[in-house]
Amino acid sequence: MRTKLILLVVGLFAAWNSFATPQIERWETSNGAKVLYVHTPDIPMIDVRVIFDAGSARDGEQGGVAGMTNGLLSTGAAQRGEEAIAEELDQLGAQLGFDSLRDMAVVSLRSLSDAALLDRALTVMSDVIHHPVFPESALERERGRQLIGLQAQKQRPGTIGEKAFFRAMYGDHPYAEPSSGTEESVKAIKRSDLQLFHSRYYAGNNAIVAIVGAVDRKRAGEIAEQVVGHLPAGEQAAALPKADTAKPGEVIQIDYPSVQSHLLMGHPVLRRGDPDYFELYVGNHILGGSGLVSIISEEVREKRGLAYSAYSYFSPMRAEGPFKAGLQTKNKSREEALKVLREAIAQFIEQGPDEAALVSSKKNITGGFPLRMDSNKKIVDYLGMIGFYDLPNDYLESFNKRVEWTTKETIQDAFRRRVRPEEMVTVVVGGKIE
Amino acid sequence: MVAKSLRRGGFIALLLVGSAVAGTVTETMLDNGMKVIVKEDHRAPVVVSQVWYKVGASYETDGITGISHMLEHMMFKGTEKYGPNEFSEIISENGGRENAFTGQDYTAYFQRLEKSRLPIALELEADRMRNLTLPEAEFLKERDVVTEERRMRTEDKPTSLTYEQFMATAFQTSPYHHPIIGWMDDIRNYDIQDLRRWYRMWYAPNNATLVIAGDVEATAVIAMAKEHFGPLKPSTLEPPKSRKEVKQLGPREVVVRVPAEVPYLLMGFPAPTVVTATEAWEPYALEVLAYVLDGGDSSRMSKRLVRGSQIAASAGVGYDPYDRLQTLFLLDGVPAEGHTIAEVKAALLAQLEEIQQAPVTQSELDRVKAQVVAGKVFERDSVFYQAMQIGTLETIGLEWQEMDRYAENIRKVTAEQVQAVAKKYIDPNKLTTAILEPQKIATATQKEKHNAH
Repeated sequence: MRTKLILLVVGLFAAWNSFATPQIERWETSNGAKVLYVHTPDIPMIDVRVIFDAGSARDGEQGGVAGMTNGLLSTGAAQRGEEAIAEELDQLGAQLGFDSLRDMAVVSLRSLSDAALLDRALTVMSDVIHHPVFPESALERERGRQLIGLQAQKQRPGTIGEKAFFRAMYGDHPYAEPSSGTEESVKAIKRSDLQLFHSRYYAGNNAIVAIVGAVDRKRAGEIAEQVVGHLPAGEQAAALPKADTAKPGEVIQIDYPSVQSHLLMGHPVLRRGDPDYFELYVGNHILGGSGLVSIISEEVREKRGLAYSAYSYFSPMRAEGPFKAGLQTKNKSREEALKVLREAIAQFIEQGPDEAALVSSKKNITGGFPLRMDSNKKIVDYLGMIGFYDLPNDYLESFNKRVEWTTKETIQDAFRRRVRPEEMVTVVVGGKIE
Repeated sequence: MVAKSLRRGGFIALLLVGSAVAGTVTETMLDNGMKVIVKEDHRAPVVVSQVWYKVGASYETDGITGISHMLEHMMFKGTEKYGPNEFSEIISENGGRENAFTGQDYTAYFQRLEKSRLPIALELEADRMRNLTLPEAEFLKERDVVTEERRMRTEDKPTSLTYEQFMATAFQTSPYHHPIIGWMDDIRNYDIQDLRRWYRMWYAPNNATLVIAGDVEATAVIAMAKEHFGPLKPSTLEPPKSRKEVKQLGPREVVVRVPAEVPYLLMGFPAPTVVTATEAWEPYALEVLAYVLDGGDSSRMSKRLVRGSQIAASAGVGYDPYDRLQTLFLLDGVPAEGHTIAEVKAALLAQLEEIQQAPVTQSELDRVKAQVVAGKVFERDSVFYQAMQIGTLETIGLEWQEMDRYAENIRKVTAEQVQAVAKKYIDPNKLTTAILEPQKIATATQKEKHNAH
């Protein structure tokens, strides 16, 4: 079996060395926003993504205010009202999207690069970022829709588990709640809260602009100025507090009338830019990050048929993001599955990666490198991440090298120091065992 | 992986449209009847390989529903040459990403790779097209995995259960009556002989299309395809029976009462597709109708029901012109606080009645066309998606060139034609309605300190 594998991977190191990573140009706007740009001339289109450090980690006592501010940007601006904004964008065939995460508030535009169409789309984007009105009527309507969204979360056992998991991991830390807020906090949001939040966090020094598409460097410079350049320079949002596991070792069992139990376990571990990142990333690729060939999937799914999806991953964030392992299994199997999951993690930390598995994982990660940026969409995702988390300029170029540098010993050492089973929070959401 | 039907609007926003300026596409037929289509895209040194089989849930009969999907899982469980899971290990070692998906009308397998790895994927795919061993022990475990997949996708999701009941009500004799993943009792009762029969019946080069897209040269790819797939023997295929849906004789309704929080409404009217249409323009007119109602924030559903009257928290429309058999024109909605399912139903239907009475405006048509033209450009950003379109079209019985004709066919649609399809297909006697009526959920939380290890 192994012989065939070796024959099939002959010539593995031939191709990707010559693969050029996208040429990233960086500069700042007049008011301090960091711009990252890649020229991709092949398709007459452009992606412009503006990211503010204005995710729900900035909610403070007002859960949901970050998400509501972001979501209401397009409900009215100085130059045009909500209906006119919608009409204009649709007539251009442009797509303007809004997203609110724990770390980030995102506004993204996808448009044809045709000068006339693009200019009109950018005018709308600029208007909603610079001069949102937050009409009372739109706030009331969106509050109602948000409350229905929160209610719908309660009919999804996976989401119920996810929320309990973050609360138990993060306690008083700003990451404890998602950007949707709670019913109570959403009901309390006032128009003036949105205005205040916007004026505080939608500022040049708190913004990243990522541009990818068929526009030249000069035009990209103008675009960046147009979409954020007239915001006050303001300040970068304050550093987030360190996240320590709020309820170490807690096991939370939530009864829910589902036929499957959803299991989650983990604790806060990793900031973006952490020196252990590559050790933890490569190690987890072996443990639970590589789909059907990972240890967790092998133990839970391939050997025992206990789940369709069983995984682990690290979510590096501004503050310590979680290590998270999870699966869904029929209620009857949940004790068995939880035991298998715990043992797989403990054994990996104890014994470190198998040498052969490490070689395979490195081949997968480095050999698949070009797949990470084979579209404008993926490139703009990377630019946003590199810019927002202040990763080094050579992050992409040095990626494979950093992966190759990891060893069985460095991975084992990093896992032993950073991943602590006794500290992990466990959440089980599920129904009666029939 | 199971591909759900494509729906635009509130819950699942996906739309199948073609790729703009045709890149270089080359096609050939191997001597054994296997079609090979190559789409060159030289932006990045990557390649997508997809093998599409003309078999899916709509080819199945009662008692073995979901067997196409079960077989999709078993395609990773080894051949005479490679052991269980070894396919995935080899692709992984070569830097690849891979998976498979099953729909009503197809089963497809794909790998995404750095371009020099393509021969490896082709060798492995050719091998498992004819040489699967289907070991019983692996099958029994994998059947459990599929039951877990069904629990995850359907059993614990009130809206998925509603959709499943809706389809089983709207389609009585058409195979679209059955869920792609199959009914739980059918899944539990497959045996290995069922799988072996299904594999022998459908997995042959003359029932498959190979689609390759990416930074490759067509001539080299075709030579490679000949080398690996050329020696495979074709089968004698028995095409699926027609199984046309019977004429609907009156409105139908199904109510789903399960633990849930938010009510949900789903409605559908029988509608033709590009494959089944007797008037070739009709599916494009239905597509424009769907866009006018639910294509972007300025469309009628968002503007009038979500923002205007604020009866609905969400409202959407779905139509897929690329189903193999007669499909449905779908509407769905969630009532806003203080409003009922009945109000949402009336409001959604009123939007269609209005178009039956007064044609859509020129500015709406212009808007739809602008969106379609832009969409055709945007979709070129994804090599995978381009391959998906080629594979889908070929597998449902059209040809890949349809993706380049799509925009032109949309451009030709007039306001009168939109009105005509609204009058013809939006018929109250042909309506099927499904309603999710939430039943109260009791939850309780217990906490304990964990002291294992």
